[in-house]
Order: sequence, then structure tokens, then C-alpha cells
Amino acid sequence: MIPATFTYLRAGSVDEALDLIARSGDEAKFLAGGHSLVPLMKLRLAVPEVVVDIGRLGELAYIRGEGGHISVGALTSHHDLARSSLLAGELPLLAHAASQVGDPQVRHRGTIGGSLAHADPAADLPAVMLALDAVLVTQRPSGGRSIPAAEFFRGLFECALEPDELLTEIRIPRPAAAGWSFQKFTKRAIDWAIVGVAVQGGRVALVNMGSTPLRASAVEQALAAGAPPGAAAAHAAEGTSPPTDLNGDPAYRAHLARVLAGRALAEAASRG
Amino acid sequence: MKLTVTVNGNPVSAEVEDRLLLVHFLREVAGLTATNVGCDTSSCGACTVLLDGQSVKSCTLLAAQASGREVLTAEGLAGPHGELHPVQQAFRAEHGLQCGFCTPGMVMAAVSLLAENPSPTEEEVRAGLEGNLCRCTGYHNIVRAILAASSQPAGKEQAG
Amino acid sequence: MAEGVNVSILGTRVVRTEDPALLTVGGTYVDDVRVPELTGAVRATFVRSHVAHASIGAIDVSAARAAPGTVAVLTARDMDDLPPPPPDDGGAGSEGAPVPMGGPWTEPLLAADRVRYVGEPVAVVLTEDSYQGADAAEQVIVDYHPLPVVLGPGAADAETLLFPRTGSNVAVTAGTPTDEPAFGQCDVVVRQAVENQRLAPVPMEGRAVAAVWAAGRLTVWLSTQNAQISRFILAGALGLDPAAIRVITPDVGGGFGAKVGLDRDAIVVAWAARRTGRAVRWAETRSENLVGMTHGRAQRQHVTIGGTRDGRVLAYRLDIVADTGAYPRMSGFLPGLTSLMAAGPYAIPHVETAFRVVVTNTTPISAYRGAGRPEATAAIERAMDLFATEIGLDPAEVRRRNLVPPDAFPHTTPGGAVYDSGDYAVALDKVLAAAGYAGLREEQARRRGSGDPVQLGIGLASYVEITAADAAAGETARLVVHADGTATAYTGSSAHGQGHHTAWAMLVQAELGIPMDQVTVVHGDTDVIPEGVGTYASRSLQLGGVAVHQAARSVREQARQVAADLIEASEADMELDTETGSWQVRGDPATSRSWADVAGHAGPAGLVAAVQYAEGQPTFPFGTHLAVVEVDTETGKVRHLRQVTADDAGTVLNPLLAEGQRHGGIAQGVAQALVEEFVYDADGNPLTSTLTDYAAITAAELPSFELVSSETPTEVNPLGAKGIGEAGTIGATPAVQNAVIDALSHLGVRHIDMPATPARVWAAISGARESR
Repeated sequence: MIPATFTYLRAGSVDEALDLIARSGDEAKFLAGGHSLVPLMKLRLAVPEVVVDIGRLGELAYIRGEGGHISVGALTSHHDLARSSLLAGELPLLAHAASQVGDPQVRHRGTIGGSLAHADPAADLPAVMLALDAVLVTQRPSGGRSIPAAEFFRGLFECALEPDELLTEIRIPRPAAAGWSFQKFTKRAIDWAIVGVAVQGGRVALVNMGSTPLRASAVEQALAAGAPPGAAAAHAAEGTSPPTDLNGDPAYRAHLARVLAGRALAEAASRG
Repeated sequence: MKLTVTVNGNPVSAEVEDRLLLVHFLREVAGLTATNVGCDTSSCGACTVLLDGQSVKSCTLLAAQASGREVLTAEGLAGPHGELHPVQQAFRAEHGLQCGFCTPGMVMAAVSLLAENPSPTEEEVRAGLEGNLCRCTGYHNIVRAILAASSQPAGKEQAG
Repeated sequence: MAEGVNVSILGTRVVRTEDPALLTVGGTYVDDVRVPELTGAVRATFVRSHVAHASIGAIDVSAARAAPGTVAVLTARDMDDLPPPPPDDGGAGSEGAPVPMGGPWTEPLLAADRVRYVGEPVAVVLTEDSYQGADAAEQVIVDYHPLPVVLGPGAADAETLLFPRTGSNVAVTAGTPTDEPAFGQCDVVVRQAVENQRLAPVPMEGRAVAAVWAAGRLTVWLSTQNAQISRFILAGALGLDPAAIRVITPDVGGGFGAKVGLDRDAIVVAWAARRTGRAVRWAETRSENLVGMTHGRAQRQHVTIGGTRDGRVLAYRLDIVADTGAYPRMSGFLPGLTSLMAAGPYAIPHVETAFRVVVTNTTPISAYRGAGRPEATAAIERAMDLFATEIGLDPAEVRRRNLVPPDAFPHTTPGGAVYDSGDYAVALDKVLAAAGYAGLREEQARRRGSGDPVQLGIGLASYVEITAADAAAGETARLVVHADGTATAYTGSSAHGQGHHTAWAMLVQAELGIPMDQVTVVHGDTDVIPEGVGTYASRSLQLGGVAVHQAARSVREQARQVAADLIEASEADMELDTETGSWQVRGDPATSRSWADVAGHAGPAGLVAAVQYAEGQPTFPFGTHLAVVEVDTETGKVRHLRQVTADDAGTVLNPLLAEGQRHGGIAQGVAQALVEEFVYDADGNPLTSTLTDYAAITAAELPSFELVSSETPTEVNPLGAKGIGEAGTIGATPAVQNAVIDALSHLGVRHIDMPATPARVWAAISGARESR
């Protein structure tokens, strides 16, 4: 319930944030909205010695159309993503998925950057990044990187970011195919997805079917080869390793993946 | 660290531990105990307050994150002469509270919900409350209260 | 309606007097109490076992003692100033009494040489503030030597004993063997194993206590449903005269039966206050609450139902293995109530029950909204549906053919319960009509015919339940009409959300004509109300409310004398106008006097009446619930569409309050059917120890409820009232469970255990398909 003791530092700029992290050593964490990190700290599953608050860096909260892609600042809240008219028109998959994250209070504070860096395979936005072929842009003292989403999620709660590296922007190419769908299957509305499927055109990504978000490659290949959506969806569980927990075993999750993939593809087709 | 949070229009300054949660700042430092702690996992919403006008779970914020910002708690909703806010009035009229423990957070969540969606459907109200648990009312009258409050012009005050 | 009771306010929707404060400044719960005596109080943080079953070696408190802000670290070894445990009664369990079993089953305050469940308190750390407490508690090192873990009904036969001196894990046994011929004569006999799963009560406010020892007296602020009972428990546990203890109940954030009296953690806090001479405060976290507060239900049941092919039930048997958790706190009381109410609202000639209570390495079980009766109704309602399916009869029709008829009251069941009043078939018919039953069956048939992946299910539950089961214990009330004409009602009842202050003020206004806003209701302070029983078992209106009503009548008759004296008229000519709250000589308004005049004339203390009221017997509310659900047969997901209910608890005092009680019970009842379950792994580790995993139901899962009105008064008390608080949980759970199964019955699904989670429903669907 109560975090362990730590030192709180606030960054007034991206450069200052990078500097504070570099000087604080390995036991330092960035704090954005705090709705992944603070709960972990309260349960003492995370015990950073230093917390660098980047939550006031307004320059990292934006949604812009720029040529062939949409740029989203890492500190844009789920609430702002969900309400963005730009996203409603250009990336409705992202707007809709953001509207499903947590509850209204969480959405007011949680950020896309924080959610992606947390790298929970049961979260909604990581799979959406795969479906949208997003590129994650970072800054660090030794020079920033552009990391494709497919290389960003490394394992359970493990992403490609180095300890001194700050995720600053998510760049999403304007989708070629308009059809989209987000199927989030839960027991209660507030729960994390038991299984989820995100579709944008011919790209299909899975929530909570492994230790990272996964592309349903076999489904995509079947679609590309001309299979109708129902037949393609039958491949949804191939190459996955779904977890066992109170909500289901791997067989049930595999079944859900197939059913939800079928529904997602049908819905995307109706929007295409 | 030293910080100042404006709570219900009044600046509250104190020297506090860096790890102090906003909900404990409100309860112990500002002395406002309407906001309650109901869980450890940001699940129950009993701690909901408004931060710069948006509903947040004050148990999941460090006081430091609210430094220099404006917080509104249930105690700050009523008018200068104790007149109930329309949402508070609706909760009373519709019997939307029993033990009262979830109520301050529930009311603040409702205020924020209506600010963003002034005429919600019942389904939208229920979805908007998924982060607020109540064990006494079964939510039936809470939903009625919010729908009743939503049909009133924004800002109109009711006699208490 | 009893003679003389003014009906002008009774039976009307009156908003609550409690609400303005709760809405504007919030309630004052234990952790909000700010009084001089608690200034500088230390905070208690418990060290709890993280293993389910172990003997305790050393407890190293040295690092914790040296931690910043630590005032003391206390363990069982420090408890050398307490009276000895109750005498060893050889472990004999009293079937009926809801009290902890002593002797070899005794539950310690702090675990001494053995822990028996994850969450059991082992030590308490006292620090200047709660943040320091979290840090210091982490530094207590307990040396656990794990023992084999005992879980589930199989505990009865496990080699490992939780209490070796008892020789068994079976704490209580009761019941009769099966009368085979009674079932043999039936055309049809159906048997089913049924799980009534473990639940966590999850009141929004957890357990909380503040205590201070000063000048030879212990003052305790306690989140409880019974201040007076808590005082006696503390007196016994601490070896104090009850007069040396004051228990104060501030606002309580929900109880649901789990805050009856107080438990070991709170007693430890009170002891620590005396031990250290410092005021001590404790408010548990939710994680503590989910493993440390008692759980509910947890019965493994087996039903056997037999009858004729045309729908007459002739015989019913209910076997129960009741998991009581690590310590038998309620003896056989809960399955005893289940057995008493086993037959439900049906006239079944032959009813048998039997139960065993087993201890397991889990959180102890105690009362949770319904306390034994939801379990009874869930079992018989499953059995009725199974019987209906077996003989191919509509479930509503099967119920109608077996309900106790309206001319049969009072009705004594084979189990010995005497149902006071009821019209069970009318409740059933009202609900069927309100739901549009025929139309629902048509819609169901249409979807079945078209192979719709989303199927419709309609589920019924008809129930009768027992309220004020301890009617003989009664309730107290003391009513004072002050010299200024206002009134104060001191009640032994103990509201924690039920709105008694509003309801009791309504009773005073109705009887005396003193306006509600001039009536103050006081509860929960043993210095002010030394005698009282409290609020549980849906007893408060029919006992506490009637006590207030009777005290008001007594005051009125005293006042009649005083007013006669004041006006110099004869008593027989005096009349009270309850509309205006004034006394006068009948027909002579010029003689009118106010309550202030009359009470003032009585003397400086005004008019006082104290009542100890006990009604002759419990009462038996009843009703019917109908649930409509949709089941997505491709995923197993259930959507709860409608809940239509008639909950008849006799005369309704305030429909607003009565409906609120029904709503709250329905939500918790639906939660049991669909989403909530407390789960342990094979090592006794709780898997649902936070609210992200324990699926407390939210507004998003529920519809608005459709409540039908039904009032069949009882003659047991002058208000004609029964209890309404637990009806919702009793009726809603089986209606929803039956609806889910009904949605899939055409696929061959006969039974699904609760909660009907998507995975469980899917398993039933795919299992049925495979066996076709």
C-alpha cells in the first residue's frame, strides 16, 4: 500500500530528464502518468531509489499529422487519444483502443508512452502498435533511436528501452487499408483483456497470447493468400503461447483468439 | 520535499516525504477526510478527486505530482452556504448512497463524467463508473442520480 | 396496521437525514475520527503469515524494533497479561450457536507456535506513522517450518490435522442418514453436486479500530455492527470488567455480517493500547482485508430430489460439507441455518439434511449477507430446475405446483421452521407477469430455432428466508422527549448504511407528531446505550424499530397523564394530534399544548421511556426473482439483461430504503452467480488477494433492476414488518445461475457451478457438444 522510500526529482525538459536519469544510476525510473509504475511501487514490486517525474513535459503531449504518418507524443494521455478528432478520422483503431484502457480516471492520467514502456502483453496499446506498424522514437544521451514496434517488446514487462533512454514519440504510418477492429474480451468491463485482437487492414495483432504482444502471422499469411476471413481466423493461435490464469487456460485462450480474430476481420471488412 | 497544492481553492503547503500519496496528503495534511482509501490496486475509486478538473484516483498519484495544481474534493463541491451541488442533490433525492464510504469518490467521478458527457445514456453512465466500486447500493440509484443530474443545466445550484 | 399508528408518513418515500453530512463533509469512519484522546496515537501494522500452514520457529523483531519510528513490536510471547483461554470442553461443538469453538479449537490473538492460513496475524508493529509501519513490518523475520496444507472438503479425510489435539479436521457433524424408501417411491430422482463458492464480503471500509487506555478505562472506536456485544467480547478477552470499557461506533462503511462483534486483530489493537499506554490506531489495507476479514459461503453441497412425473416433489435431501476455514468461528451455525431453510417455500413431505464442518488452511468463514440462507435457496432452486428438466415441465409450473399454499400459514416445515405468513404463488405470478414470461420464452425459442450464437436464458428462484433468527434476544430503545419539544431516540440497532436514523425518526413522527427534523437518533456508544444487540440477520426494523415504536407509545401514554395534569382535564379526554404534534382536550382546540409544554411540565428530564423488546419468533420474508441473460455460445460470455423481483418483507416503512436494500443485495447476489470467487492454489496461497483479481462487481456488469411491490404483513410484531436486508442475495444468485444454464439447456447442459465465468460456461458448452 505504501511505496518504499525514494528520492523524487522533477524534470523541466527532456534534456534535464535524460541528465537526471543518467546521474541517478540503475535504480532510477521515469514517472509519466504513474498508472503503471505507482501501483507497482505501492505493492513494492518496484522499488526504484530515484523517480524522475516527466509528467509536466507538455512538449511531449501532441497528436499531429505529418505527411505520411501521424506523430503522437509519448506523454499524450489515453483520454486525449480517445477524444482526438484527428485520430478518429485517421487512426480510429488507436482512438478506440485508448478509450478501452482502464477506467476514466486511469485514462486521465495514463499515457501511451508509459503504457508501451511498461510492456504488459495483456495491455491494449502494445498490440495496437504492432497492428499499426508503429515506430517508437527515443532520445538518450548517446543519441536517440527509431525502434520498430516489432522489435520494441522483448518479453514480459520487458521492452527495448535502455535504462537511460526516454521514449518521446510514436510515429504511425497512415494506414493503407481503412478497415479496422479492436476486440477486447473481458470478464468484467474493468479487467485486462483475457484475449484481445487488433486489426488494421491485413495486419492482425494479439493481446495476452504470449509474453509479448504478437502478430497473428499465420492469419495474415492466409489473408494475403486469399483466404476468406473466417478461414484465416482459424490460424489465430498458431505460434502463440497463451498464459494460464484465473480467467482461462491456453486451450480456452486459443479458442477465443480464433473467435475474436474472426469477429475482428468481419468488422474490419465492414469498415473497409 | 516542500510542496503546495491548492485544495478546494485554498493553498495547502507542507514539508512531506517524497513518497507521500496524494490521498494521504488530502486526508492527513489538508485534514479533509471525505476522500477515502478503499484498496491497494487503483481498483475501487473511493479516492477519486478532480485534478485540474479531471477525475483521478488520488491513491495512485504522489502528492508531488499535484504540487502547484488544483485539487477539488467532495468537501469543495457544495456552495458557499452549504448548498448541495446538483450531483450531491441528485444522490440524496435518488437514495444513491447508503454507508457513504464510496460516495465522495463516486460523486467526484460523476461530476467529471457529466462535465465530459453532459447527456449520457444509461450505458455510458454505467461504463463511466467501472472504476468506482460500491457494495451497498447495487449501483441502481447511483445511475438514476447521475441521469437525473444530467438533465439539469450545468452550473445550476439547488437549495440543499 | 396496528391500532393508533398514524399512517401519514409511514409507507412513504422519505429521503435520508443521514445524507447531507455524508455528501458534504463525508462520513466519520474510524480512520477519520479526530479527537484529543487520539492525538499522537501510534499506528499498528500487522505482520501476517505468508504461508498457509506452518509451525513457527523464532520471530526476529530486532531489525523492526530498530526501524525509524518504531515504538514497539509485539508478539504472542508478550501477551502475558491476559486471562487464560476458555476451559477445554473436549472440543464438543454446539450445533446452533454462532460462537467460536474453544478448547482445542481455540483461535489465538497472535499466532504463537502455529499458523493456519495465509494472512493470520503473527506480530504487530507500532510506529509513529503508517508509512513507517509499512517499512518496519517488512523487517520482522519469522522462521516458518511448513506443514502439509489441507484444503477443500477432502480435509475431512486428510492425514494432517490443523488441531492435532482434536483428532479430526471435522469440527461439527449433524444430520440424518438417508431414508431410502422415501426416494425409492419417487418416479424420478435427480442427484447433483453443487458448489456454493467462497466469497469475500469486501465492504468498502475494511476493518478499523482506534483504542486508548486512560485512567483505568479502555475507549475503543470500532467499525462494527454491534458495539455492546463487542464490549463484552473485549471484556472477556482482556480480563476487564465491561464497565471499564467504552465502545464507540462511528460511521461504518459497510459490514454485511463480517463486522459482527470484533475479531482478533481489533482485540490485539485494544490490548496493545493498554500494554503500551499509547493510543493505537489501525485501519487495514484492502490486501489485508481480502485475507484477514472473514469470508462467506464455501459449502460443497449434494442435492437429491425426487418426485412424480407430473411435477410433485416428494422428497429432498441436502448434504453439506461446510468449509469453515482455519478456525471454527461459527461452529455449525451457518450450515445449521442452511439445513433449517433447506425446503425453501415448497411443501415437500420428506426433507433430510446432513452437514459436516471442516477446518482448512484458509481464511476463517463467517456470516456474509444471507449467512446460510443463500446457500439453502441456491441448492433447492438448482434442484427444482434439475427436476423440471428431468420431467420436461416448465420451471415456473414446477414451482407453482409445489409452493406452500396461502391458506397453510403458519406453516411448519419438516426441519422445524414455522413460516409466519406468505403468499408465495402471488409473488411468482407477479414476477412472471412483470417480466413478460411468455414473450421471453418465445424469444428464446426463436433464437434456438435460428441457431443464434447469442442465446437467451430465463432463470427463476422462489425463496423464503428467516430474519431475526435470534428474535428472542430482542432489541433496546430509549426515547426522550426533551423540555424543548425535540426528541432523542437511543437505539440498540447499529446502522452501517441501512438508514435507521431516518426510519426511526419516521416512527417517532408517526407516533408522536414530533417532526423528523426534531428527532435525533443515537446508536453505538456503550456509555450512552449500555444494552443492545445490533444489526445483522435483517433484524433491525422488526426488533429495533418496533422497540422505538413501543417506546414512543409509552411516552405518549406518559404524556397523556402529564398533559391532563397540565391542562387540568381528565386523562380520558386528552387527545394527541399527530399532524401538528399537539395535545388538547378532545374537541377543544383552545386547550392545545405543544410537546415542549408537556415535556417541560414533566420535569427537567422531560419524558423518558426505555424498552427491551423481543418478538415471539423470527419472521419469514419471501419472494421470487427472475433473471434474463444472454450467453454468447462462441465465447461463454454472459450478459445480464434483466432482474425482475418481488421481495416481500411485510409492511414497508420507507419504500426508498427498502428498495435500496433490495438493490444492494441483488448486486451481490448476481456477483456470486457470475463473477466473484475467492480462490486458493494447491499450497493455500490466495490467488485473489487484490481487487484486480477478486472480481467485485461493477455498474458496468449490471442492469437497472425491476422491482415489483409485494407486502404480506406479519402478525409477529405491531409494525407487520419482516427483514429485507438479505433478500436480494438470497433470490438473485440462483435466478441468475439458473438463467445461464437455461440458456444452454437445449445443448444438453444441465449444470454449471458458480461463478459462471466465460471459461466455465465455455467448458460446459464444449463439453455438452462433445458428448452429443
